[in-house]
Amino acid sequence: MPKLNLNREPMPRQDPKIRSKNFNEVALGYSAEQAQAEANRCIQCPKRSCTEGCPVEVDIPGFINAIREGDMPEAVKLLKDKNSLPGICGRVCPQETQCEATCSLAKKDAPIAIGRLERFVADWERANMQSASSLPAQPAPSGKQVAVVGSGPAGLTAAADLVKLGHSVTIFEALHVAGGVLMYGIPEFRLPKDIVQAEVDYVASLGVKVELDSVIGKLVTLDELLNNDYHAVFLGTGAGLPMFLNIPGENLNGIYSANEFLTRVNLMKAYRFPEYDTPVKVGRKVAVIGGGNVAMDSARCALRLGADEVYIVYRRSEVELPARREEVENAQEEGIEFKLLTNPKRMLGNEQNWVVGMECYEMELGEPDDSGRRRPIVKEGSEFIIDVDVVIVALGTTPNPLIASTTDGLETTRWGTVVADEETGKTVKSQVWAGGDIVTGAATVISAMGAGKRAAASIDEYLRG
Amino acid sequence: MYKILLKQDLVPNIHLFKVAAPAVAKKAQPGQFVVIRIDEKGERIPLTIADWDEGEGSVTIVFMEVGTTTHKLALLQTGDFITDFIGPLGLPTHIDEFGTVVCVAGGFAVATIMPIARAMRAKGNQVISIMGARNKELLFWEEELRRVSDQLIVTTDDGSYARKGLVTEPLKELLEGDGKVDRVIAIGPSIMMKFCSKTTEPFGVKTVVSLNPIMVDGTGMCGCCRVSVGGETKFACVDGPDFDGHQVDWDLLFARQRIYLDEEKCSFEQWQSQSGILK
Repeated sequence: MPKLNLNREPMPRQDPKIRSKNFNEVALGYSAEQAQAEANRCIQCPKRSCTEGCPVEVDIPGFINAIREGDMPEAVKLLKDKNSLPGICGRVCPQETQCEATCSLAKKDAPIAIGRLERFVADWERANMQSASSLPAQPAPSGKQVAVVGSGPAGLTAAADLVKLGHSVTIFEALHVAGGVLMYGIPEFRLPKDIVQAEVDYVASLGVKVELDSVIGKLVTLDELLNNDYHAVFLGTGAGLPMFLNIPGENLNGIYSANEFLTRVNLMKAYRFPEYDTPVKVGRKVAVIGGGNVAMDSARCALRLGADEVYIVYRRSEVELPARREEVENAQEEGIEFKLLTNPKRMLGNEQNWVVGMECYEMELGEPDDSGRRRPIVKEGSEFIIDVDVVIVALGTTPNPLIASTTDGLETTRWGTVVADEETGKTVKSQVWAGGDIVTGAATVISAMGAGKRAAASIDEYLRG
Repeated sequence: MYKILLKQDLVPNIHLFKVAAPAVAKKAQPGQFVVIRIDEKGERIPLTIADWDEGEGSVTIVFMEVGTTTHKLALLQTGDFITDFIGPLGLPTHIDEFGTVVCVAGGFAVATIMPIARAMRAKGNQVISIMGARNKELLFWEEELRRVSDQLIVTTDDGSYARKGLVTEPLKELLEGDGKVDRVIAIGPSIMMKFCSKTTEPFGVKTVVSLNPIMVDGTGMCGCCRVSVGGETKFACVDGPDFDGHQVDWDLLFARQRIYLDEEKCSFEQWQSQSGILK
């Protein structure tokens, strides 16, 4: 047996000093040699525990073996068999808690860099293959129509799977481009928009119709879709409603929800204002409230727009930060300052209604709460003021009530999420499935894709029933 | 892409577009709005729906040239296309049998008030409309509004046509007069809506205003359009745009409308120099 190679091939990245001033992709991707070297570390163990760790069950040993053998078209085929969005997943999936966590080499702290290899295969395909050449064989039409509401990761995955099974699929998207959070939320430097567009185009090339500018619940209701041409509906509208702190001064000028800030920057390309028409305020001192991936994205965007100082303000300590470790490190390297165990009490404004400061409490950690994390407790009398001129509130999102409030018979929770079966995505309403953030509340791209995949299988079973 | 079926210049800087958008036309109701984006680099801006024709599959919008987007929009002609046209958004105006409804329109909001006045009258209300503009040149649709109203009062700030003065003056007279006023709908510039609300407040007459804060998506996603009504934060795009004028925090609205003044100036100057249009 060959000796185990425990040296993970590092990901080449832009230098932090340079990248903090541009919106180009931070991680540059493996060269062919690096990909080969990393693929060679895979021991091709019979357990296939990596595939078990993948919410969409990609044949990971298979595509890695194809890289080893230099058969890239085969690697593409094996990867896309289960995952229609590999360029996206290779970049934004939390592999460290999924496939890489279950890799046999994880025990030795050197799991195969599956995400980086996935990205390598997807990027190789985009550079080297005509998209048509990787299209699966045309399935026999089932004669059934499915409407998919929302074109984020859940909707795109469900649509791709359903069309491959022979159903006629139309995606309805409220915004002017498809991709959902992949387009409006995740920044260019982490997930380039031409990659999202290429993968949306791939799903369309499978035969999925994409209707943009279509706000379901306003333009057409879900019941009207079912009464007209559609035999089934999949709801993948995500969690698009921003949460605020509900503290005094929160409506001052200069205070954004992360959704607004990121939508302006990513979707509307405000970082290229005035070439693009949509502006965004570039603060000198920017505070981002929250500790998740969206907070990291917002902070790193603010820095790239030209802010002098950017703070992450988070009420617990570093170990509780919900963001991916890698994103926290990226942010720290770029010079984002972490103000931990800090929580805002109120926002302070000037006479023109602009935010100028944020009064905060120092916090300490108490006993674990329901989430299993230690509960943050206010230190009485610890108030202090941070000077700021832009604040971005990144506390999370809840589902937009637009569809639930205009549809008869959908069950929702008190958090506004739609109740659906965990295994199948089936809702209590006949002919309606749901998956992704609309069911779970804000989660990850790949968990939404997994939900889209399971719902597609259940819808297929129903339509053939 | 959405085709402009008809362009009309109502007054020199206020234009009407009839846009082919059959699905929107099928669902539009008085008081709702659309979000448009002119081209790939354009911003998303809300415009209220002035009219719609389900048979023709068209939706009519009326806009005034103010900033970059509306100036660019004004250059489009019949037969041209708008890249995105999203709607109908927002909650419709509450139409019911109230009795006597006074519809007050300031400036180009006469276009917004038209479908509301029409619907109010169709519901059996007595509709008294007041329309005001800065001067005679900026007045349009006087006859159109007269047709859907039981009574029409016209004002100009400078007295160049009809009654000289602001719309709040005849509004106050109606409230003080013999006839009972059951509801007021006031739509126009924010300052005009504020003063209409201030005028009606002592009389305790419910006054509905249509707020126009800055928006991005228009579907409740960003919270840019948040306003304070009765001490509660609301999103104008999904909770409005209609609100109780007596409950609105007007100063907050004015302040939030000014967030991007510098950027708007920068964008407009850049567009002017690039397009060679200097005014």
